Amino acid sequence: MARWTWDPFQELEALRRQVERAFEDYRGGRWPLARTAFLPGLSARSYPLLNINEDKDTVYVEALAPGLDPESLDITVRENVLRIAGEKPSVNPDIKAEAFHRNERSAGRFVRTLSLPTGVNAAQVKATYTNGLLTIMLPKAEEAKPKQIEVSVS
Amino acid sequence: MREATVPEKTQQQQPDVPDTREEARTLAPPVDIFENKDGLVVVADLPGVGKEDADVRVENGILTLKATAKSELPGEPLRHEYELRNFFRQFQLSEEVDQDKIKAEMKHGVLIINLPKREETKPRQIAVQVS
Repeated sequence: MARWTWDPFQELEALRRQVERAFEDYRGGRWPLARTAFLPGLSARSYPLLNINEDKDTVYVEALAPGLDPESLDITVRENVLRIAGEKPSVNPDIKAEAFHRNERSAGRFVRTLSLPTGVNAAQVKATYTNGLLTIMLPKAEEAKPKQIEVSVS
Repeated sequence: MREATVPEKTQQQQPDVPDTREEARTLAPPVDIFENKDGLVVVADLPGVGKEDADVRVENGILTLKATAKSELPGEPLRHEYELRNFFRQFQLSEEVDQDKIKAEMKHGVLIINLPKREETKPRQIAVQVS
């Protein structure tokens, strides 16, 4: 029989997780619009923004990252954690600050890590960068793929 | 450079319907606007927009950026942090811009528009002769 004692710290941790999840829903899941109004600008927040899709065999990750230097991209998968690092170069490094009428775009180095929902086959990961969208295809590991189980009726 | 808020003409037949912007909701892309020695440069982030999906035009001294963003991510959504929408933004151009020489290029989802100034408005160096 499992030993179970009331642990206030565990309760607090559970509460913290619940609150976090509530906000996560707001940001990402149910109302994606809440974030579309704010394309990544000049502030420190999770960058790049990610959309994650999946089908039977693959997990697809798409990053909203216009104007990257494709050479600087560094994508690694280690223990089911995807890490995207790179640099968005400034288009105009030599322009003086007083020559700007508007400066709304951001530039600089970034890194973002993502825990993948399933095991993936790290050797087969592919990434493409087109029109400012970085798409990463992560084939699921064999043991993570759904298996059809046949029911025999006698 | 002033941001224009001119309603876009709709192709409607009824004369009593006022002009409105397009029905579809759009996003204003973040832009950098700066001056260099030839004129003005507008840089806009347009993720998911290909070369043929960006529409840049000048009409009555108003620069209009319009673009259709698309993404072809297969599969069922697991978690979405953004939604691609069409882009739309307008700017009032100054008289100094030579509208025939405007050039735009698109690379990695970033649109760069060069707006050169008219020759006669550029500063001219006048040599001072000392006798």
